[in-house]
Amino acid sequence: MLYPLIAGILFGLYFSLVGIGLNLVFGVMRIVNLAHGDFLMLGAFVAFGVVSLAALDPLFAVPLAFVVFLVVGLVLYRLLVPRLQRAKDPEMLSIILFFGLSQVIEAVMTIGFGTSERSLPSRELGRSLAALRVRLFGGTVDSGPVEILGQSFPAPWLAAAITSLIAIALVYLYLYRSRLGTLTRAVMSRRDEALATGIDVHRVSAAAFGIGLGLAAISGVFAPFMFGSFTPAFGVDATVTSFVVVVLGSLGNPLGTALGGVIYGVSYMFVQTYLSSWADLLPYVLLIAILLLRPSGLLGRRVRVA
Amino acid sequence: MLRDFIRHFSLIVVPLVAVFAVLPAVYDNHLLLFNFVIFLALAQGVNIIYGFTGYLPFGYVGFFGAGAYGFAIVVMHLNAPALVAVAIAGLVAVLLGLLLTPLLRLTGAYFSIANLAAALAVLHFVANPALEAVTRGPYGVSLTGTFNPTMAYATALGILALTLAIVVFLKNSSFGLALQAVREDPVSAAMAGVPVVRMRVIAWLASALVAGLAGGAFAWYVSVFYPDNVFSSEFSIFAIVFALFGGVATIVGPIIGVLILYGVYNLIGFTTPQYFQLIYGLLIMGLVLFLPAGLVSLATRRGWHVP
Repeated sequence: MLYPLIAGILFGLYFSLVGIGLNLVFGVMRIVNLAHGDFLMLGAFVAFGVVSLAALDPLFAVPLAFVVFLVVGLVLYRLLVPRLQRAKDPEMLSIILFFGLSQVIEAVMTIGFGTSERSLPSRELGRSLAALRVRLFGGTVDSGPVEILGQSFPAPWLAAAITSLIAIALVYLYLYRSRLGTLTRAVMSRRDEALATGIDVHRVSAAAFGIGLGLAAISGVFAPFMFGSFTPAFGVDATVTSFVVVVLGSLGNPLGTALGGVIYGVSYMFVQTYLSSWADLLPYVLLIAILLLRPSGLLGRRVRVA
Repeated sequence: MLRDFIRHFSLIVVPLVAVFAVLPAVYDNHLLLFNFVIFLALAQGVNIIYGFTGYLPFGYVGFFGAGAYGFAIVVMHLNAPALVAVAIAGLVAVLLGLLLTPLLRLTGAYFSIANLAAALAVLHFVANPALEAVTRGPYGVSLTGTFNPTMAYATALGILALTLAIVVFLKNSSFGLALQAVREDPVSAAMAGVPVVRMRVIAWLASALVAGLAGGAFAWYVSVFYPDNVFSSEFSIFAIVFALFGGVATIVGPIIGVLILYGVYNLIGFTTPQYFQLIYGLLIMGLVLFLPAGLVSLATRRGWHVP
């Protein structure tokens, strides 16, 4: 009983990080980034590169992935979005546009790296912080599981959960304590009025897009440890999972995603433990149920029409 | 309007079906022809729901797969004749559509995501090892008893004709016009006396029926398949991209889209899948950025009428 609960919370915090970038992008731009999972996959490759080329702790890949994909996001935004928003139905077309982008990313990575499954040894993660970890949670420097309330968990789960908490806190600070974040929230609540009051909507949106991709890449750094392995084709599943988490929280409310992730993680772990053959069905059924009962998510405004 | 209906039917639908009826005699790759017919029907099915009501069915394959498994289950357990089983396949998809009608309350991206989730839920339900006695779970079904590609191809052609007839009807009737009014502005349409909810549901079920029948014919033709085959999201994606590439809310748009894109796919697709995926992705992005209303918009921009 205690094990699935704690495991679910750890996993759930990680899932919040997986979804939060997607939600930020949707909330600000009303654009559905169907390539979200592919940026996650690219983040996993950054971690892979940091370990295999530089032989560093994958934790160093976190800031690296964020900065790289922040820049990628700013460039992609300039290339794609203004043109997209001139079309008649940008929300629908964005689904198709980013599906195309996801195909391109997957194809390029498959051409470059092949289809074989890659994994990283979990003791690599957090090597540079091992001394601190030993003092807090016991165990030896050479990794081994972490003990929480008498239950033991793989150390990377804890690392991912803590990183997620920090990232979510930073997103909160950005949105509620910085000037650009205040403007971002203005664009999220009423795009046309924000435009009318002279807010540079394109600058705000570009920043949100970059941050969104950066967050996706950060969560991707932990993907090899959380899911065991990764391939260039793993983006699609990651996208669907992100959607479940985001919709659970509420589409367009990045902080709701934190709640959505934890609910998803806990219910996933419980179904996994007690009804394992139906566990695959859970995210989808949960998603449909939430959409129908509370279409705007657990914390959202009402959007249902007709 | 009736005159237009007859004109469109005899100038577009009849020649297309006739060509595909003759082709197997002169072209040997029958599986490819069959896939063309299936994708023509699916792209028009997407056209019915997306083109005329604006709901983008990202999980359209759910109906296709449900139809395929509806066919398989009545053949396996009741020894039903294949044609009856195809009809049942359509019925199963319509029932699934009825079950999913609450999704129509959602709009825009919410609908697409929920629909995708619904299709995946049906897949995981069918593929669940706990239901092995009914669906054979993840191990796939084998229906050698009904194997008859020639009849299955003819049936698929009939389904295509039916689908095209529905689209021609929508294009040339006050019903279709009212649907498009609902797509543009549901509140105004309701004010003008259009029964918004009922019309959406009818279009939704018609599009489910098409996919279910196509799924039944597909199951009949291939006769051995796994859940992942008939619930592959490629069916949804391809059908949507084909329809959009040609141009939705027209009769010829999706047809052009399938003939060109699926033709290209088969020319370069099988030898180097990654390069093909790359080209395809770039093509889709270019389409959305430069031709969001599809190929037919090249003609409509010049003021030509496109049926």
